[in-house]
Amino acid sequence: MSNNETKKYNMREFLAFTGASVLEDGKCVFVGTGLPMIAGILAQKTHAPHLLIIFEAGGVGPILTELPISVGQELTFHKGITATSMHDVMSSCQAGFVDYGFLGGAQMDMYGNINTTCIGDHDHPKARLPGSGGANDIASFAHKTILIIGGQSKRTFVSKVDFLTTPGYLDGPGAREKAGLPQGTGPYRVITQLAIFGFDDKTKRLKLISIHPGVTLEEVKDNCSFDIIIPEKYGISAEPTDKDLDILRTQIDPTGMMIGK
Amino acid sequence: MEILHEGKGELIGWHDPDENREYVLKNKSRELKDKTMTAKEVVTKFVKDGDFIASGGFGHIRVSMNIIYEIIRQKKRNLIMAGKTAVHDLDLLVGTGCVNKVEVAYSFGHELRGLSPASRRMVESGRCKVSGEISNSGYQWRFLAGMMGLPFIPSRNLLGTDTGKYSSCKVVKDPFSGKPINLIPAVYPDVAFIHVHRCDIYGNCQIDGILVEDFELARCARKLIITTEEIIDNDEIRREPWRTTIPFYVVDAVVEQPFGSHPCEMHGMYFFDEEHIAEWLDISRTDEGVQKYAEKYIDSVNEFDDYLELCGGIKKLNFLKRREALRAPLITPWRK
Repeated sequence: MSNNETKKYNMREFLAFTGASVLEDGKCVFVGTGLPMIAGILAQKTHAPHLLIIFEAGGVGPILTELPISVGQELTFHKGITATSMHDVMSSCQAGFVDYGFLGGAQMDMYGNINTTCIGDHDHPKARLPGSGGANDIASFAHKTILIIGGQSKRTFVSKVDFLTTPGYLDGPGAREKAGLPQGTGPYRVITQLAIFGFDDKTKRLKLISIHPGVTLEEVKDNCSFDIIIPEKYGISAEPTDKDLDILRTQIDPTGMMIGK
Repeated sequence: MEILHEGKGELIGWHDPDENREYVLKNKSRELKDKTMTAKEVVTKFVKDGDFIASGGFGHIRVSMNIIYEIIRQKKRNLIMAGKTAVHDLDLLVGTGCVNKVEVAYSFGHELRGLSPASRRMVESGRCKVSGEISNSGYQWRFLAGMMGLPFIPSRNLLGTDTGKYSSCKVVKDPFSGKPINLIPAVYPDVAFIHVHRCDIYGNCQIDGILVEDFELARCARKLIITTEEIIDNDEIRREPWRTTIPFYVVDAVVEQPFGSHPCEMHGMYFFDEEHIAEWLDISRTDEGVQKYAEKYIDSVNEFDDYLELCGGIKKLNFLKRREALRAPLITPWRK
């Protein structure tokens, strides 16, 4: 959204809204730190009141009254279903109970492989990043993985990730199964500041679904180092309503620590 | 079993299961005895230079910070640490030169608060080594295999990725399904520190809230130090034995330290001290800043209670209690 038109929302609010819109009621989502958490809470407070939110440290089904800073703090099981352990929730995820895994990333390639480990060589990194955390686990086990990458650019949408931390479709069709990952799993949606993407059934490559209001197709292509599959027909992403924005600003993140002020 | 791939990460903290049984037989006492000690005594007695250490809790949650500060005060060196989502504890230990090798699941970051200037600088300048990569559940299951007394545990994560290639796991052909399966090696940390809500003098512990990885970590650690908000009578433990998540026979020492997780959170008791964490994130941008922090909060004080006083004392601690109960507003001073 690089046009000059004044928007009634900022980019992070839009990403949170778009992330929430992908989640369905009555399903289970495993959320990572940051925007995925906000998206999960917004979905729960709007169209998906029965969305079950799971946190990797063991919090299950909380009623989230404010945005957690950490995926382990008390809020992650506040008025929840159970306060259990990582072994318990990760085992459930491995056994197939988790519909959506919801993650962020620093770098992604056309197969949805993510890097959150390092920029440059692993043993002599230009920049050291935190590593997998629970991301490799969630993207290996969840039936569908959703990624939010707030800053789509040639530097973040790369032809080859510096380090393949978390599996997308690896090097193409059939690669996940060949590696031994659970069948039928993999990246499902990628949400950026410019567009929503899915993956082509046949090639498992990134494919445009919709561009955000005010964004041009050229911007989507220019902010990427690989070829995105552009179908003949693609949509325009929905915008948050005043009610969505009000919930985000007054109920979920009143200090603006994640969505900004 | 046919080995398909072998990770090139250094295998840290693994022992042959029979060797570990022998260790348990000789060193883990099944006698019900008073194990209370001070933080100073515990670190002097149990932590040796070069040890492989692991913290309980998760990130900034329920961490034995009183022991972490004591390790820094005693200037232990060449420690290896489990980066099992190790955040503030690891950042301090790497920044002050105590830990110089980490096996990373999640390290060098403070979640929403941003990345860790101190420990990233140490890694990027080659002063701290990463022995290998793994994921959070990968680490968790290293503990699980250890507590079960097994050499490894099979899993379906880490496959096909560089995280797997840089781990100490091996991928084999599963003899049952015929599919590739990842084998995660067991781990037995030399020393682990777990902060709990309450325990008795023998080390029977109750934890309120999520256990994260501590059920397993407590049972695989070679030496287990419990730090506790309070010591309760053994009768209280026996009244509700189903609440004992860590039994005394895996525990080597007990240290009573109220607010012992500060500036990290203690579920249901006190919140993160965001002001203190923000001060650290800011001052640790340079090596000199790390030195200044250590002089002010660690070297100039004798014990953890003095440190708590420096951090704002009873007024600050009461605020953190109200904040944990959601009766005081969230402050985020680290926000740029």
